[in-house]
Amino acid sequence: MRCRKCGKPAVINMRHHKLALCKEHFLEWIVEQTERFIRKYRMFTHDDKVLVAVSGGKDSLGLWDVLWRLGYQADGLYIDLGIDGGFGYSNQSKELTVAFAEERGLKLHIVDVAASYGATIPEMARLTHRGKGKPCSVCGLVKRHEMNRIARDFGYSVLATGHNLDDEAAVLFGNTLTWATGYLVRQGPVLEAAPGLARKVKPFFRFYERETAAYALLRGIKYIYDECPFSVGAKSIYYKKLLNRLEADRPGAKLQFYLGFLRAKEEGLFAQRAEEVVETLHTCPVCGQPTSAPGKCAFCRLVERVEEAKRRRELSDASP
Amino acid sequence: MPAKLILRDKTYEVPHGITIKQALKKLDISAEEVIPTREGELVTEDTRLKDGDVIRLVDVISGG
Repeated sequence: MRCRKCGKPAVINMRHHKLALCKEHFLEWIVEQTERFIRKYRMFTHDDKVLVAVSGGKDSLGLWDVLWRLGYQADGLYIDLGIDGGFGYSNQSKELTVAFAEERGLKLHIVDVAASYGATIPEMARLTHRGKGKPCSVCGLVKRHEMNRIARDFGYSVLATGHNLDDEAAVLFGNTLTWATGYLVRQGPVLEAAPGLARKVKPFFRFYERETAAYALLRGIKYIYDECPFSVGAKSIYYKKLLNRLEADRPGAKLQFYLGFLRAKEEGLFAQRAEEVVETLHTCPVCGQPTSAPGKCAFCRLVERVEEAKRRRELSDASP
Repeated sequence: MPAKLILRDKTYEVPHGITIKQALKKLDISAEEVIPTREGELVTEDTRLKDGDVIRLVDVISGG
């Protein structure tokens, strides 16, 4: 197979675009397309201070690399979750992220969850009995809170994440299966800022996961290849695999599914629900971040429960 | 000599002469979920496997 632009041997064939490209033209294409999506969806401009949430994985490091190449003011945020999984998952991903930032001279914020809140993510889940043996819901809650906190505290106008099309299509698929309108309303490549809530964007949302992985490999970005040990059996992976079976028979099905959803939303699907969601937001009296119910937000309640559980444990350890 | 396809810690042997796409189908591995590489270079699925070829498949799915 040959590159459509220069005729050299292709390194990737994107069947959904009927486009095969060589290394040089694929790398160029990813950067150009990212810039196009940023403009088309009015994500941010060169005047914005962008905070990129980086996990050490292919998508987030790839995104940070592209934004850096495009000359955006993009700093990174790494959240050390304290996940080990028998191979030092968090340590490895942190090392890779730090090395990536140093090689490019980029600014990286690091939040150490255990140092800040007294427990790692798996410990938090255990102490609070959340998640039925899996810390994924605690992890999501803490990451969302901390990303928003750092963005606000350091004056970033926008928070960028490395979500790709497969991530987005899998979430959409899951939410559609259950008609979770409250979640469907909030899904999209741009989530506007709300009081206490940073603007969120996903510049890679139109790239297939194969494309973001190919970009990282071809660019020589060292990313964490091993999956989070808690992702085994995750629903999102199951949905991705189902969608890929569809994609194999109908190239472009995933992209069509997601873009069709965005069009339907633009045409007013869920419009009424969106108004209801905005109206019901409250402010957490402790951290000031928005929450769906009056009183403390889920994050502050979690931290409180972690502290209580640790106190109880210390007392029982100290008793004869 | 057969060609080898390696995905994470598993090694599969397939006859040479077929394409990577055909080999993936034979092994029931989704072409949407891997990137084939040969000697560190990315190759497309229409690449025909040669005698003794070693193709490393990079798993692209992540999530959780």
